[in-house]
Amino acid sequence: MTLETVLLVASALLSVGLYGALSQQVVVMVMMGLELMVAGVLLALGGLWWFLAPDPSGQVLMIVVLAAMTVEMATGFAVATVLHRRAGGDMTDMTAELHE
Amino acid sequence: MTSTDLAFWLCAVLAVASGVAVFVVDSMARATYALATSFVATGLAVLLLQQSYLGAVIVLMMVMEMAVMAVYMVMFMGMNPALMPMSMVHSHRWAIGVSVATFVTLGSGALLVPWPARRGSPPPDVTAALGRALMESHMLVMMTVGAVMVATIVVGVVLSSHRTRYDRFGDDLRHRDPADRGAR
Repeated sequence: MTLETVLLVASALLSVGLYGALSQQVVVMVMMGLELMVAGVLLALGGLWWFLAPDPSGQVLMIVVLAAMTVEMATGFAVATVLHRRAGGDMTDMTAELHE
Repeated sequence: MTSTDLAFWLCAVLAVASGVAVFVVDSMARATYALATSFVATGLAVLLLQQSYLGAVIVLMMVMEMAVMAVYMVMFMGMNPALMPMSMVHSHRWAIGVSVATFVTLGSGALLVPWPARRGSPPPDVTAALGRALMESHMLVMMTVGAVMVATIVVGVVLSSHRTRYDRFGDDLRHRDPADRGAR
């Protein structure tokens, strides 16, 4: 377990999440992709913290990332609920009304 | 190869493989379980990096989140999600290309950058040091995160509520009778 391997695993997680966020059509699945990306960021931060500068400030940054993850999830579920109520479905292609 | 290395590689392979499985399996329930597995493995990997508090929080938070996701599926999909095959992708090749390019860029960065040597040594009790930082020198961060969490609760309730008092009594709350009586 070195810094390089931790960062490699983190970038693999982030890339898988990016694929999901770009390719999925259901809002909840897009959220799953985004969460995988944030998990990769968390792992990379943990590795950088432990192998480069293990003082508490880096952990505070990780707490901020965790909070961002929570906000993303709660707001995402709320938006998906609104979509269901308005359109009876939860596909991203239904939300193109701002685009038209 | 020490036992820590072995545990880390187990967690790493499990995290990435179940992360891939999220978008490969053909039902939403299986995707949820795969994502939960991936997050638990990520949390364990963070635990191996000696951050007991953050690792435990990640595992707990993600298990709860997957429980919420299961409730969501039962609420809105109106079916047994495990039995419903699905394939819902668009711009598949393009997405694969972008993610592979991202992985190559980030991975080569991770391998090629001459990382500096470790500066300082970890505090004897990492969790206590984090708590002290949050309550002393980095308290502003904690206060901001708290305010953001409250805002998130408000956003969630406002977005997902079906009919509020403003729907019933008008924007200035002056209507005597609910404006949409019977229309519900």
